[in-house]
Amino acid sequence: MSRIPGLKTRRNAELGLLAFAMVIVAVFGATVEANKYESLQSSFWVPAALLSILFLGLHIVVRIVAPYADPVLLPTVALINGIGVAFLRRIDIADAINDKLPPPGIFSGTGGRQLAWTLISLILAAGLLLVVRDHKNISKYAYTLGLTGIVLMMIPAVLPASLSEVNGAKLWIKIGGFSIQPGEFAKIMLVTFFAYYLVRKREVLSLASKRFLGVDFPRGRDLGPVITVWLFSLLVLVFEKDLGTALLYFGLFVVTLYVATERSSWLIIGLLLFFGGVYVAYLLGASVGGPFANFYDRADVWLNPFDDDQYNRVGGSFQLVQGLLGLGTGGLFGTGPGAGSPLFVPEVRNDFIFAGLGEEIGLFGLSALLVCYLLIVVRGMRAAIGVRDSFGKLVAGGLSFTLGLQVFVILGGITGLIPLTGQTTPFLSSGGSSLMANWLLVAMLMRISNAARGPATSGGGIGGVERPAGPKKAPTQLHGAMTEVIKP
Amino acid sequence: MNAPLRKSGVVLLVLFGLIFANLNWIQAYKADEYRTDWRNARVIVAQYERPRGIIEAAGGVALAENTATDDSLKYLRVYPEGEMYGPVLGYKPVNMSAVGIESAENDFLSGESDKLFADRLSDMFTGNETNGGNVVLSLKPKAQEVAWKQMTKNERGATKGAAVAIDPRTGAIQALVSMPSFDPNALVSHDTKAAAAAYQKLNKDEDQPMLNRAVANNLPPGSVFKVIVSAAALEAGYSPSSEIEAGSVYREGGATIRNSEEEVCTGSQVTLKEALTRSCNTGYARLGVELGADKVKAAAKAFGFEDDTLKVGDLESGAGLTVAASRTGDIANQDGSTDTAALAQSSLGQRDVRITPLQGAMIAATVANGGARRQPYLVQQLLGPDRRTLYTAEPKTLNNAVSSKVADGLKEMMVSVVENGTGTKAQISGMTVGGKTGTAQNAEGADPHGWFVGFAFNDKGEAVSAVCVMLENVPGGSASSEAARIAGLIMKAAAQ
Repeated sequence: MSRIPGLKTRRNAELGLLAFAMVIVAVFGATVEANKYESLQSSFWVPAALLSILFLGLHIVVRIVAPYADPVLLPTVALINGIGVAFLRRIDIADAINDKLPPPGIFSGTGGRQLAWTLISLILAAGLLLVVRDHKNISKYAYTLGLTGIVLMMIPAVLPASLSEVNGAKLWIKIGGFSIQPGEFAKIMLVTFFAYYLVRKREVLSLASKRFLGVDFPRGRDLGPVITVWLFSLLVLVFEKDLGTALLYFGLFVVTLYVATERSSWLIIGLLLFFGGVYVAYLLGASVGGPFANFYDRADVWLNPFDDDQYNRVGGSFQLVQGLLGLGTGGLFGTGPGAGSPLFVPEVRNDFIFAGLGEEIGLFGLSALLVCYLLIVVRGMRAAIGVRDSFGKLVAGGLSFTLGLQVFVILGGITGLIPLTGQTTPFLSSGGSSLMANWLLVAMLMRISNAARGPATSGGGIGGVERPAGPKKAPTQLHGAMTEVIKP
Repeated sequence: MNAPLRKSGVVLLVLFGLIFANLNWIQAYKADEYRTDWRNARVIVAQYERPRGIIEAAGGVALAENTATDDSLKYLRVYPEGEMYGPVLGYKPVNMSAVGIESAENDFLSGESDKLFADRLSDMFTGNETNGGNVVLSLKPKAQEVAWKQMTKNERGATKGAAVAIDPRTGAIQALVSMPSFDPNALVSHDTKAAAAAYQKLNKDEDQPMLNRAVANNLPPGSVFKVIVSAAALEAGYSPSSEIEAGSVYREGGATIRNSEEEVCTGSQVTLKEALTRSCNTGYARLGVELGADKVKAAAKAFGFEDDTLKVGDLESGAGLTVAASRTGDIANQDGSTDTAALAQSSLGQRDVRITPLQGAMIAATVANGGARRQPYLVQQLLGPDRRTLYTAEPKTLNNAVSSKVADGLKEMMVSVVENGTGTKAQISGMTVGGKTGTAQNAEGADPHGWFVGFAFNDKGEAVSAVCVMLENVPGGSASSEAARIAGLIMKAAAQ
């Protein structure tokens, strides 16, 4: 891909921002050691330096194969990822001090493992950028990806709890000492599949409609796919015992549907269906119990976390309350990295990492982190708006929205805004699945932003999902059309 | 497609805005509250930086103390007597709520009470941590031991029950036992998961070992309530020798009252004293109806029925174990007139009449103390970390339930019960003992509850102890005589 004079690549801006991000990570690590050991260890700079080398590697790949990619995405994600590694290392240090052990090595503990996962994730991201030179090519594998996504999403629900359940949510595949969260990958595959499917169906779904109360509603037979996905997400809710995942899958589908059809009626239908379903599940949990009981319990914990019975109950509000108390202890400015007691927050390496961080970096630090997430989402949306093909728009829009929604679901959960669910915090939580999947997601956004910001490529029809170049059919002809409209 | 993309972006912006607003709520508005919340593990660890005060029984027997550990919580709470004192002491777990005296005196035990201000001030200059203050309970270890052993090894095989002994002169609780009980040690383990599991197990146990049956549970008292009806009668001008109507059967408003045994009160007339001695049902049902619901209710209220506010613990701060109110029930028809059938049954302590064992002991104590009702208490003294006395309980009178003349009459009648009547098992050699038995029907086909309330005077004529023993669902009959036997032994131990 050769550069065109006059179009700015902004790669040097990316490099500058990346350097800035790594300085923040290094300062975070240094502060932790100063607080924990009363003096800096001689190797305090090593984790930040290693991360810098890794991100620099990806930066170079981007320079070569995606020169016009959005320059903000990589440094922002690198900052969050770096803070994640540094914070996990900070917890390892606290553990080592508790056990009266010497400082943990650079590659030991969860921090070290996270560093290794970062390396693997960056290789995957670079690989995706290298292999997928044009995002439209992916649409060729849409059905394969869709099927794989559904299977991945279903596996934990089917597996026995001993192989799939962590903290009451069945979202895992645990084999030996190794565990992966297939849903993290499934969501990317499903977005891609939905995007492909909707590009092909958008005209039917958007035009064949009935008007009711001033809103255009789709025909009954066209509701099929939405109903299917809705039922699917409710099954996930009941059998994987996880509201967040259900909300995530259903949310990403409804939003891609809305974006594809430009019909707000889909949003209305989707919201009503989802919250109606959740409310019915809650009522069933209260009266029938059985598979719905878990969700009812969680909703109960959410409604009355400080209730004594909830607090003392096994599987009650203990985790949520300790997270909130950790956040509250941090206050506006936090205790400073290394000066708090994040070990009192349960699951502080995974679900509650944001609460653990909140004690040490305070409201100001968390707000900055929140802005970083928002930047990623906004830049992804901008790529979606800028890119010229419908498939790219839907993929970029869907992925950005999914990422944003996931951040909302987990942060909303630990701050008590919505019922707590077992989602990972993207780029922060320890764990390979989440990190790899989210880096792939970002690589995809960078690939699409490269197409959006770069020079127009010739021949928009790659992948067979572009609209035909010929004259458009008059919309009225689609009224009463068959559901399956085969487009060339 | 760009417009919906922009709108989706706005949706996310709003969602992030919600998170941001919520973070402000938690980290700015609620920050101070959360920072100092008792559940905050940071607060908890700070609490364990210094030893918590010791709780001890009369005579310096330690009931709750500490051992040093080598984990991050530096002191482990230990309850050397285990189950025996569980319902009184409660427990102070690492991350669950404290209950019992551990909760009521938490500020003092943890060293945060205003009473320890001077200690904190001086410790500020010396740089020491202020240790917690010590709590001395009024419980007499001997009496508590006897009560616990006799209750748990009762001869009728009852598995649930409670016993309370009070010093009638002061209101000091001498013994307080609830059966089945729990071992607080399991709940204060520093292994919080094990502690939570122990709590769950106790919480799910059908016998409710964590329910303090002595104060928190009210049950039909049966004939024990006849003491209250007698008090109402004496206040209304009857004397122990007044003749009242009895007979073998009494029908009133649809209720049929019979005596517990055929040979009791067969004559048509019997003295009040004889009626109580033999626990004559027909006599008391007629007497109750004769007096009217208002007088019976008024007498009950004077003895502390319907009091929802009583706590037994620290007389000064008012904190302590919450006592369930004892009730007479409405005894009224829907139009507000007296339901005479209900009144007849209520006069025998059945229908809707409910008392706690503590209330039973307080009735006996009030009679023994000449009608002056003392407020019961558990906390005898508060000692500073250096064992300087900072507080000693000053007995408080709640009210005069009956005149001393009425009290004397009741005493005479109750002594007759133990000397010649249904309560002979409670006799103690060398002491004058009075009391009243009760056998309470409670549910269709269930074994009755056995009750005994009573008091003991020593050879100097001092009221040394008043007691209530309650055994739930006693199989095989004679429920109340076993209660009387245990009551006698408890009073004997308490008098020493």
